[in-house]
Amino acid sequence: MSTNDSVHEVIDALYASESRRVLATLIRLLGDFDRAEEAVHEAFRAALEQWPREGVPSNPRAWLVSTGRFKAIDAMRRQARFDALDEGSHLAGLAVVDEHACEDAERVADDRLRLIFTCCHPALAPDAQVALTLREVCGLTTEAIAVAFLTPAPTLAQRIVRAKAKIRTARIPYRVPTPAELPERLSAVLRVIYLVFNEGYVASSGALLTRHDLSSEAIRLGRLLADLLPDHEVLGLLALMLLHESRRAARTTESGDLVLLEDQDRTAWNVAMIREGTALIERALATHRAGPYCIQAAIGAIHAAAPTMAETDWGEITALYDVLLGLEPSPVVELNRAVAVAMRDGPAAGLALVDALLARGDLDDYRFAHAARADLCRRLGLIDEARAAYARALALSRQDAERRFLERRLAELTTPHP
Amino acid sequence: MKYLCLVYLARDKWDAVPDRECFSCGQGLRERGTLVAAEPLESVDTATTVRVRNGRVSITDGPFAETKEQLAGFYLIEAADLDAAIQVAAKIPPAREGSIEVRPVRELRP
Repeated sequence: MSTNDSVHEVIDALYASESRRVLATLIRLLGDFDRAEEAVHEAFRAALEQWPREGVPSNPRAWLVSTGRFKAIDAMRRQARFDALDEGSHLAGLAVVDEHACEDAERVADDRLRLIFTCCHPALAPDAQVALTLREVCGLTTEAIAVAFLTPAPTLAQRIVRAKAKIRTARIPYRVPTPAELPERLSAVLRVIYLVFNEGYVASSGALLTRHDLSSEAIRLGRLLADLLPDHEVLGLLALMLLHESRRAARTTESGDLVLLEDQDRTAWNVAMIREGTALIERALATHRAGPYCIQAAIGAIHAAAPTMAETDWGEITALYDVLLGLEPSPVVELNRAVAVAMRDGPAAGLALVDALLARGDLDDYRFAHAARADLCRRLGLIDEARAAYARALALSRQDAERRFLERRLAELTTPHP
Repeated sequence: MKYLCLVYLARDKWDAVPDRECFSCGQGLRERGTLVAAEPLESVDTATTVRVRNGRVSITDGPFAETKEQLAGFYLIEAADLDAAIQVAAKIPPAREGSIEVRPVRELRP
């Protein structure tokens, strides 16, 4: 292999590992997303030209940051010369930036946090937060995000452009929130990460195949955040995602059909992820400040530790759902609790709770509520009621594997039950 | 940077916040140097909308848009960034009865 090839390999690897860090620092130094993105490209282009000749610098990231910054200032100077109205106000601000600012490891770590918090700022629309985080923090292309979210690429690009324009025009700050703001702002970040994960895991519509990259990105984001800001809920969310993800191989057949928890081959669960998730949740719970993600992860850890569905500690799971309801009352959590109660006390007890919930009307359009009711009726031998509930769930489901599962259950119920 | 905080209230909430509370909010902001200007508005029944089309002035009774919540007043404030502006907006008394729209003020280009 020639030196040239190996330098190109180094640059490719650096692009994958460092371009988002370089971007995050350049946004701070240049005060503008678009300008910083252009600067990242210019910096890597310069590396491709210069490094084969001059060798790879000892601190490549610092080189990329200062080269990107230099190129951006240069471009702005040229622009200012053409644009007589520009008083060079941006340039004045840039000149006073501390030269060593880009070297300080702590500030660089903060830059990544700044980027996450700005992309997930509550003043941006929720779908824009998701798109911007995947684009800027994870470095996914607009096309890849569009495919994953089944959105036309121009729509997605427009969403990102509009969000960046709002950041600039309304002056959404590029900073880590103060301790007073942190709980609320952090929960917005965690919501975005979990939404990305679920989009890849539960996939609200369409085929499953293209989606699991989103779950990997969410876990990567979770790890990054746990590194930068090891808050108990950050650890809890990462644990929760890992414990879900550990079951991925077991929850669908090779043809992509859904396998319920009770029918899953537990030897196919990913042991390394379970171990990591369980250790994280133990660490989080040791802070005695468990939030909703911690509790959900703790429930996941009980499932992960159980050798079979029947040997699962449903009493403990029900108790954890009670804690969760106290923290964050929601009909969906009540539904999950009802399913746990059905496992602990039998399907009739569960059905009474599910029916009471459905009677309140909050879950009328929630497909999992009807699927849960259907399953409990089926287990109680209430075939007609089970059929009606499966049909209702099917009418609400837009996700292929789920639809096939529900159709299969309906077909099983047409033939007389053994 | 200047932000305009537009106060919107539903018709039945129009008198929900006592004037003295709004007065002391404005007073507090003025003392801290945050306030540029703030005024409450008469109800939309008193609004007149003016348009100029083809050089002719047309005048109609009522607000520009009929909405459930109506513009009830405004605070023009000075803030470092959107987070600082949101903090001020959240302390405007009618925020608990209606809503506050926070808009960055644009500079006119000469």
